[in-house]
Amino acid sequence: MGEDIGFWAVAGLLAAVGGLAVAAAMLDSVMGAAAMGHARPVAAMLDPVRETARLLVQQRSVVPASDSVLRLIGTGGIVLAAALAALVVPVGMRPVADLDIGVVWFNAMEVLVWAALWLIGWGSNAAFGLVGGYRIIAQGLAYELPHMFALITAALGAGSLRVGDVVAAQSGLWFVVWMPVAFAVYLLSALAMAFWGPLGQPVDEDLAGGAVSELAAVDRLVFLAGRYALLAVTAAFAVPLFLGGGAGPWLPGWLWMLLKTLAVLGVLVWARWRLPTMRMDRFMEAAWVVLIPAILLQALVVGIVVVARG
Amino acid sequence: MTLDAFLILAAALFAVGLYGALTQQSIVMIMMGLELMVNGVLVAGGAFWYFVAPATADGQLVVLVAVTVMALEMAMGFAATTAIFRARDVDVTDDAEDLKG
Amino acid sequence: MGDAAFWILAVGAVVTGIGVFQMDSMARATFLLLASFLCGAGELLLLGLGYLGMVIVLMMTMEMVVMAVFMVMYMMNPAGLMPMTMVHNQRPATVIAVVTFAGLVAGILLTPWPERKGARPMDSTMQVGEAIMGPQMLLMIVIGVAILATMIASVVLATDRGRYDRYGDRLERRRPDDPIPGGRR
Repeated sequence: MGEDIGFWAVAGLLAAVGGLAVAAAMLDSVMGAAAMGHARPVAAMLDPVRETARLLVQQRSVVPASDSVLRLIGTGGIVLAAALAALVVPVGMRPVADLDIGVVWFNAMEVLVWAALWLIGWGSNAAFGLVGGYRIIAQGLAYELPHMFALITAALGAGSLRVGDVVAAQSGLWFVVWMPVAFAVYLLSALAMAFWGPLGQPVDEDLAGGAVSELAAVDRLVFLAGRYALLAVTAAFAVPLFLGGGAGPWLPGWLWMLLKTLAVLGVLVWARWRLPTMRMDRFMEAAWVVLIPAILLQALVVGIVVVARG
Repeated sequence: MTLDAFLILAAALFAVGLYGALTQQSIVMIMMGLELMVNGVLVAGGAFWYFVAPATADGQLVVLVAVTVMALEMAMGFAATTAIFRARDVDVTDDAEDLKG
Repeated sequence: MGDAAFWILAVGAVVTGIGVFQMDSMARATFLLLASFLCGAGELLLLGLGYLGMVIVLMMTMEMVVMAVFMVMYMMNPAGLMPMTMVHNQRPATVIAVVTFAGLVAGILLTPWPERKGARPMDSTMQVGEAIMGPQMLLMIVIGVAILATMIASVVLATDRGRYDRYGDRLERRRPDDPIPGGRR
């Protein structure tokens, strides 16, 4: 299935994902401070560093009779799934592991995140934790179909499930230009897959933190690292799918990739602070009755174009 | 990697699933046993494709059908469990013996 | 390399499969079953069936989280904090399982399996795609109809509300009276 994957390529990729996750956390706290009306929002940039230090010295807490094994698997699973998903995200024109089924691989890793989050909620032995775990399942099931069809639409336009081919197929025209609906659906369902912003109900404040309400200290730090990494990887994957990957004038491919990823990441973080949180039953209904028909029509249009082009 | 090794793995999964399906009382656990049996079919289908007839897609289609069967089996199983749980508060097979036809 | 991976995954699949029926905690049982499926999917990846392997990972993860929901709903003791035995027929079942396994293994070892016919395709995904969209399309049509029938049948079985509950005894309401909002208003 795959070719040999270099050790240094993987190490570099992990460093890049880690860096992007830190950037996402910093961007998040700056935008949050700005949204709250702080006088000097840029000063909030170092909040993630302070939070890391605080979590590192905090005492770990374990609820009696909680299933620690499952909770640890869940916490580590989020980081692992984000890292494995990053394997198929191209740095420049080609991913570290250019699997022939890269698009499906990415989707499978996102689904593993639901299982991981449910395990955290269950393993915490807390009512709010379990409710948060149920929320990610309901939301994941509702948004998986539009998400999957958005991924497949891009793959259909390229005629390949290989991410490198999807990038190569956009050398003339970026997919975002002729499949705007798929791009919009991808971004929206990416919010649900990364349980972020308006679709962040599984870990929302109204449940005192939901699935992760009982996580403290290092456990919470690992979870937060995984969560921001997941957000960054989900944002990064929009670039090879719809925004031409590393294509662009003057600058090298990896730099374009980075700039575009940061732009998408900025939009997602902006969405968290500027869009109202919706009630779950409302946005789940929207997924079933609006997004799925819309993305199916988009896939139909793309299919017709592909057939007509020959 | 030989055909025999893959098929023995498939047989082992099938037998473990069979044991589970026969011993468990809870309907949910019985379904887990059935899923494990189908897991054996998946492995066997893939192995036959690879070792015996890779030129046609028939082995792959067996896997595809088996995956669908699993999903359908689970959907119908849980629907039936929900129905009997609503009607009689039953979640183990021993309490539903009168359903045998 | 391939051999080592095969044996690790094979042992993993069987051990986690046995573990499913040894756990007190049903959550652990469910996710051990998922682990068994992931090992099985890994075997398919080894065989060059990348697409099917990843589809199994995708579908089984979804199925197991859904199963976890039903498990909490219907089982007396999902967390297994007070261990209890929920088995019957243990001895006959063990004998049946062992005999089945022995019979299958004997059959596997004694059968003269045919030699490989034809070459492996460059792209197994393309092969299965062309098969279900070409000569084997009937299979895909049947699968589609079966899924649709299951969706309808499972909803009919699982719901306890009919149209008289929703629209009134004389079907006089114009808008259905549902406990959960959503759908046609």
